[in-house]
Amino acid sequence: MSAAQPLVEIRDLYAEMVTFDGVSKVLNGVNLTIHKGDLLGLVGETGCGKSVTAMTIPRLVPQPPARYTSGEVWFRGENMLSKGGEELRHIRAQHLGVVFQDPMTGLNPVFTVEQQMVDAILNRENHLGSASFPRGWLPSNRERKRQARERAVQLLRRVGIPEPEKRISAYPHQFSGGMRQRVLIAMAISGRPELLIADEPTTALDVSVQAQILRLIAELVREIDLTVLLITHNIGVVAQLCNRIAVMYAGNVVESGLTRDVLRAPKHPYTQGLLRAIPSEEIERGELVGVAGTVPSLLNPPPGCRFAPRCGFAMDKCREAFPPTVSVAPEHDVACVLYPEAVQVSP
Amino acid sequence: MATAPALKPPNPSAFARWRADHASQITDLRRGVYRFTRNRLSVIGLLLVIILIIIAITAPLWIPYPEDVTGSVNMAQRLVEPSALHLFGTDDAGRDVFSRTIMATRTSFAVGVIILTVAITIGVTLGSIAGYFGGVTNQVIMRLTDIMLTFPGIFLALAISAALGRGIINATLALSVTWWPGYCRLVEAQMLKMREEDFVAGARAIGASNRRVIFRHILPNLLTAIIIKASMDFGFAVLSLAALGFIGIGVLPPEPDWGSMISAGRRFIPDSWWYSTFPGLFMFVTVLAFNLLGDGLRDLLDPNSTVR
Amino acid sequence: MLRFLARRILIIPLILLGLSLITFSVSRLVPGDPVKLAAGPQARPEQIIRLTEEFGLDRPLPEQYLMYMTGLLQGNWGYSIGNRREVGPDLITYFTATLELTIVSTLIGIAVGIPLAVVSARWRDRWPDHFSRFISIGTVSIPVFWIAIVLQIIFAQNLRLLPVSGRFDPRAPFPEIYTGLLLIDTLIAGNIQGFLTALRYMIIPAFCQSLLVIALVTRQLRGDMLDLVRKDFILVARANGIPERVIWLRYLMKNALISTVSMLGFVIGFELGGSVLIEYVLDWPGIGQYALKAALLLDFQPIMGSTLFIGCIVVIVNLVTDLLYRVVDPRIALS
Repeated sequence: MSAAQPLVEIRDLYAEMVTFDGVSKVLNGVNLTIHKGDLLGLVGETGCGKSVTAMTIPRLVPQPPARYTSGEVWFRGENMLSKGGEELRHIRAQHLGVVFQDPMTGLNPVFTVEQQMVDAILNRENHLGSASFPRGWLPSNRERKRQARERAVQLLRRVGIPEPEKRISAYPHQFSGGMRQRVLIAMAISGRPELLIADEPTTALDVSVQAQILRLIAELVREIDLTVLLITHNIGVVAQLCNRIAVMYAGNVVESGLTRDVLRAPKHPYTQGLLRAIPSEEIERGELVGVAGTVPSLLNPPPGCRFAPRCGFAMDKCREAFPPTVSVAPEHDVACVLYPEAVQVSP
Repeated sequence: MATAPALKPPNPSAFARWRADHASQITDLRRGVYRFTRNRLSVIGLLLVIILIIIAITAPLWIPYPEDVTGSVNMAQRLVEPSALHLFGTDDAGRDVFSRTIMATRTSFAVGVIILTVAITIGVTLGSIAGYFGGVTNQVIMRLTDIMLTFPGIFLALAISAALGRGIINATLALSVTWWPGYCRLVEAQMLKMREEDFVAGARAIGASNRRVIFRHILPNLLTAIIIKASMDFGFAVLSLAALGFIGIGVLPPEPDWGSMISAGRRFIPDSWWYSTFPGLFMFVTVLAFNLLGDGLRDLLDPNSTVR
Repeated sequence: MLRFLARRILIIPLILLGLSLITFSVSRLVPGDPVKLAAGPQARPEQIIRLTEEFGLDRPLPEQYLMYMTGLLQGNWGYSIGNRREVGPDLITYFTATLELTIVSTLIGIAVGIPLAVVSARWRDRWPDHFSRFISIGTVSIPVFWIAIVLQIIFAQNLRLLPVSGRFDPRAPFPEIYTGLLLIDTLIAGNIQGFLTALRYMIIPAFCQSLLVIALVTRQLRGDMLDLVRKDFILVARANGIPERVIWLRYLMKNALISTVSMLGFVIGFELGGSVLIEYVLDWPGIGQYALKAALLLDFQPIMGSTLFIGCIVVIVNLVTDLLYRVVDPRIALS
């Protein structure tokens, strides 16, 4: 375990969403830590808050309707919740990279890939102003643009776009979904960010392409010293790719730690249920196991541990307050009352 | 959100049943009303429209000089400046401009409603037929619509109206003819889309006749689009009527009409500026109110418009 | 692309044919004798009979129609009973005046409309949005003939800053005609005085005409931009740290301009129609005024001529707009 300061530390984050139907308590005290060099898989069902959690780091969650009621989000030793405006933009440009789920709509359809990539690259170097009219015509700026274009071609080659010098002048609609996602990844890493946040980057792609993209991300982790926060609902992906995993349920991280530890010996009832639900060769035909019950409404969440209503082990203590997170092994934390002997890590 | 009750009371009332059936639509409506009220301009429009409608309906009861509305002449009071006695002044025949302006509201609203009703009736019928049956019928009807739409609106109305002669009936007719192509095109486009939808096939599968399919199943969905367009068109219909009156081929004197009042007042500007100015101002506020309301309704009802 | 073009061009004659039939029926089948209207109440019966024969108005209607259409195909646009001149050359002269007005007012409308729309979309639901929506709805609600009169009262008669009506100072020498667009012709001839005069006369009419353009452009563009802002690529741009200014002024602007182009045809068509009232009130010698006078006199050859002419223009403008749009939007241009 690295004694150095973690790259990302989310402490006790509470967030709400104001909707027409009421206030949805989306995040209920999320604790998450990411160390440099990690490839962390954040898993959970739709609506559990994983995207909100991850997107809080670059502050891409639109603030109405969202509100952060308490907690801290530390990135590179700075509290991201207090950042705004120019500072925030700077951090996004220089230290962060984000890849979203749907590549089909992520690129501006009326600009070429070259234009968009050059913009991204120059912006990260803080020279975007000089790219545009009229200063763009100055020789020094033209040189910059030329260099940016070269870098863009290199990046495209790295992410696996064939014939990048030619393809770069094309428009987004001339690329397939998988190719577009690669372009978006290239744009995201163009500034050598410290953290790459990938929100279900392959969900919208074909299965064969999925594998390629994920492999690309794994390679990048090694090559450019990238730390990755990967959001997915597919535990299989996490098992293959991520060295760490964090499981979320209804606004809380219920279990986290090294992937092999968590998957081999899950401690939280929810995680156990999830893993049991994955069909494998050992299960008899006709026997599909799910997790009983349904996800609670976040407008009126159950008190205490939000999994309690569905949990086979629930006790009265569970409904009083959300269980503190305890460490059942080095690099393996759980938020459950089932392990009272463990060392408490956070409230 | 609303969850279904675990136990239903025996024999729920018809209203309760209707409410349950339409639960999601009611929610949408409530949400829409909420959005609508957040938009200050639309609310202002709505209030103004309500006020204007009340004014129009009750006008004969309270206008200060009802005899001035139809043809009484009072030369002693000719071209008097606006004052407490005559809020908008008097015109060249001594008639109170305020009373006449208010009464003109009634005519304009009535004509506007008639124009739109006729236009919608014709347009929707033709559009439905064209959209539903396709083929040659569609081509014939839509080409005709295209031709009529090639003509910029006012131009067409003026041409027909000029040809038919003066008078409010002719003007109404001319304007109705100008407006139906817009609805025809709207309905036809929607109809083409809807024809392919699954619920039409479903209705057909249980043996519904063509006409039934059109009226019971498809039209209710078009209603929203029609309402939006009509609410936006109303203001323009009123403007067009006034334009015809202005040129002299609409409402006949001595009936009060905003357009003809403005036109008649031209001779007396700048000295008796109130004669042309006030009717126009009032007309502006009226049309503005309907357009604000229409714009708000559009934001509210249009599934394509941006949602908060 | 070529097939699309061919199809659109081939349809034009059909539309114009339909238009001609409708216009002809309307203008000839209604009660009213154009000859009597043109000749006036003092005319003697023999004059009326002679004029009627001269203009072929005593022939059966289908024959009148055929006579007119065959003449048209040979380039003869007919003769106006009202002002005793040929329709063709008049159409051109009057049309260039309307054209000039339309061009200027469209430019004004776009120049005002685009910033208003951007402001409106950027600060949505805050006061700049309400303000610009008010402007856009307000301008379209103003009765154009009324505002023209009010402006005449204020600027021409009270303040004496601008001329009351017309296109040019009747006392000054009329500029040389090259294109028919006075603003350009005066510049070509180096006639600065003339240019300024033409400009002064154009201010009120162009302003009134531009109101409609502003309304249409702002409303459409605001909607388009609001739709665009929610699109993912904007989120991606923000995530990459691109400054808001660039997002608005570069990315969104280009997308929005494409929508404006697609709207232009519609807008110009509208303007051509709406010009009738402005030209009537402000005595601008444009095709609207020409057609209106003809309509009031039931002068059927100018009516047919101006109808078909305008119809033709509108159809061509729409076609050009469609083509332009296809060229400008890369999604369509390259597929």
